[in-house]
Amino acid sequence: MSHISHPNTNKMSAHMNLTLKVWRQKNANDKGGFVTYKAADISPDMSFLEMLDVVNEGLIKKGEDPIHFDHDCREGICGMCSLYINGRAHGPKRAITTCQLHMRSFSDGETITIEPWRAAAFPVVKDLAVNRQAFDRIQQSGGYVSINTGGVPDANEIPIPKFIADEAFNSATCIGCGACVAACKNASAMLFVSAKVSQLALLPQGQQERYQRVQAMVAQMDEEGFGNCTNTGACEAECPKEISITNIARMNREYFTSKFFKEEEIH
Amino acid sequence: MKLDAKIPEGPLFEKWPKHKFNLKLVNPANKRKYTILVVGTGLAGSSAAASLAELGYNVKTFCFQDSPRRAHSIAAQGGINAAKNYRNDGDSVYRLFYDTIKGGDYRAREANVYRLADVSVNIIDQCVAQGVPFAREYGGLLDNRSFGGSQVSRTFYARGQTGQQLLLGAYSALNRQIHQGTIKSYNRHEMLDVVVVDGKAQGIVTRNLITGEIETHAGHAVLLCTGGYGNVFYLSTNAMGSNITAAWKAHKRGAYFGNPCFTQIHPTCIPVSGDHQSKLTLMSESLRNDGRVWAPKTKELAEKLRKGELKGSDLKEEDRDYFLERKYPAFGNLVPRDVASRNAKEIVDEGRGVGGSGVAVFLDFAESIARLGEDSVRAKYGNLFDMYEQITAENPYKQPMRIYPAVHYTMGGLWVDYNLQTTVPGLYALGEANFSDHGANRLGASALMQGLADGYFVIPYTVGDYLANIGPKPVDDSHPAFAETKKAVEDRIAKLLSLKGTKTVDEYHRELGHIMWEYCGMARTEEGLKKAKGLISELRADFWKNAIVPGTNSEFNQSLEKAGRVADFLELGELMVDDALDRKESCGGHFRLESQTDEGEALRDDDNYAYVAAWEYKGDNTPEQLHREELVFENVKLTQRSYK
Repeated sequence: MSHISHPNTNKMSAHMNLTLKVWRQKNANDKGGFVTYKAADISPDMSFLEMLDVVNEGLIKKGEDPIHFDHDCREGICGMCSLYINGRAHGPKRAITTCQLHMRSFSDGETITIEPWRAAAFPVVKDLAVNRQAFDRIQQSGGYVSINTGGVPDANEIPIPKFIADEAFNSATCIGCGACVAACKNASAMLFVSAKVSQLALLPQGQQERYQRVQAMVAQMDEEGFGNCTNTGACEAECPKEISITNIARMNREYFTSKFFKEEEIH
Repeated sequence: MKLDAKIPEGPLFEKWPKHKFNLKLVNPANKRKYTILVVGTGLAGSSAAASLAELGYNVKTFCFQDSPRRAHSIAAQGGINAAKNYRNDGDSVYRLFYDTIKGGDYRAREANVYRLADVSVNIIDQCVAQGVPFAREYGGLLDNRSFGGSQVSRTFYARGQTGQQLLLGAYSALNRQIHQGTIKSYNRHEMLDVVVVDGKAQGIVTRNLITGEIETHAGHAVLLCTGGYGNVFYLSTNAMGSNITAAWKAHKRGAYFGNPCFTQIHPTCIPVSGDHQSKLTLMSESLRNDGRVWAPKTKELAEKLRKGELKGSDLKEEDRDYFLERKYPAFGNLVPRDVASRNAKEIVDEGRGVGGSGVAVFLDFAESIARLGEDSVRAKYGNLFDMYEQITAENPYKQPMRIYPAVHYTMGGLWVDYNLQTTVPGLYALGEANFSDHGANRLGASALMQGLADGYFVIPYTVGDYLANIGPKPVDDSHPAFAETKKAVEDRIAKLLSLKGTKTVDEYHRELGHIMWEYCGMARTEEGLKKAKGLISELRADFWKNAIVPGTNSEFNQSLEKAGRVADFLELGELMVDDALDRKESCGGHFRLESQTDEGEALRDDDNYAYVAAWEYKGDNTPEQLHREELVFENVKLTQRSYK
């Protein structure tokens, strides 16, 4: 991790005053627009979402509707938080989610623009919250191994070389937040889909349905209206879990290979 | 009503196999005639829903998040225990059973815990078959580690993200059934009440969080897999949305609440940085394997550290008090969670706490770095050190970390019998939502095990017996109880939305948290608890007069969601205090200052308190009635824990 130039927070750090330009939109049918707010007396030790909490407390006290945004675990693993901050998915820092971003990454007097994920397949629900059910539907189309509970072999019956297990793990760390889609100028979901395809294509447990899976998931991805990949690499750069675009290459390989089989051979 | 835990007769190891045989089966052709409602999609909910749908039942799942994958099980770091004995180091089902009973300070049921240990081995097989990428060794077999002071290596793990990988496995099984049409999933839906018809649970009332629509869903059985209630303390390691509402509504409809005061406070969390703090972040307790816990010897030095005139690394060896090593020479920094937490609190109460707020102690790696080298320490704990630096902007390779305990898990929950059924027939509670397996203290890496045991391997058998008994008669929401319950939910929402006072819901929540933490946290006294009871009751009355709940019902309204949850926490808090008052002994995470040994350690009272406290709701503003389920120990001998 990069060096952080705050060696001592025992001393109270100077508080900041910020201007926020926030996307407000009542519901999916509303046109929406930016509204400007002041965020006063913000501690650099606050997380970005805690800063929004403070702004919302002020709005509620004034009888106004607080800014709606998705969030839950606030430790970077549930994938619920989003936010496009100053033109970057999950804000200016690499490899973290918005909930892990702290206000010390901003300076006093700064204007911060906050938008929802922008993608046709992620319609806005309200303000900064979007509907990501397209991701669930892609997983439902084939992101699993078709086994029932019970009657499975002993966990150590099939050894898996460590480097394969580690590589599968790297793909499996995806939190399904959608930053890859938000960052991509085509709103492509290839990084998200390829992470699951890769995880199961690498592991012996995933072999039986390997080619059927990639076809089903790609078909669903297309149906949801996500764009194609043009190799800009923005998804990888903004992914909070640093999932590599080599997953996309692997998915393309899986997909093309699957086309060499007859329909009945993969289903 | 007399409590019947329905524990099967016979020797410990025969109970579950015999019971499974005695349970009725549902004819395969009849299974599709039954509908089961599963509330919550964490490890317990997802695994239960998928397993039941695979058997042929119709299942509906509900979660308040935008996807089932986001349930808070996802945040579990450390690992999952299983008695595989892959290491040949003396582990067995019996040893895992014994460790769990002892770790829970003898306040859990032998039969349940033995079953948990017994099915633990199947869980790992199931997860591997789903494609869960557990850590492996170079030979390709699964790796294990020792966790939470255990003397055997039985913990399976997936880096520091075990909960995530297990949940994504269960979520994939759930997705497969959704794809096949056997599960219908309702995301962004919150359960707001249980519908009880002729004494049996037969449905739920939910709110669509986007449209505000109040819906009724009928089913033959209702499974609550809704997690714990640590957020009653406002600050905890739980997710922001984690709440008690579903379980609390069930409680008010007749489900007894078991051991509500049993809370786990985890010693190694990142301290609070200010009033803006919204949640706390846990760091794996594996850090205590190489870190040394200390505080300055004097208040004067602590004061200088708080003001920033001195840094932790400036203090000379003779000015440091390694208090865990001093007090517990045998276990040192590896004492159990409750002991480590309580000692940190004592230091802070003495005025020797560090950090800007003075509410922290040091966890120091300087000696390990000197002994092993910075690279070795980085290889072991790099991700945790990064996380710490991200949040605090301090470099833990150069300065000792600051840590403080935080609420992490609630052992209490809805009382269930051996079949996981609550005192309302047809209503079940699984995972952290029930009280059953961890007694007064949960061991590390046991929460994931219990959630998945309940969902994959217990409920598919036990719910079948109930369903076979009631028969596949169709259920719908035409019974007047549905309309009445729906009306009650709508009235409460209207009442909440009518609140246009001066204080935000978060302000009430924060205040409740302060009361709970101060008087019903790491150390409890009769005097303090009585005071807390009055304070909570005043706060609750004030909430219903002066809170502000903006907006309307017919929209996405996060303020309304929060208001409903906090209103329920304000009721639960008082029950927790009542339970803590009743239990005059100390056990596990429940420390009553009046009950301690000469050396200041927790003193159990097995003669008077070897029971599960099951509380029955008797109506608003009426004291709840206590029922006692006596715990019978036929296999283990009750001993006093000692870590000296």
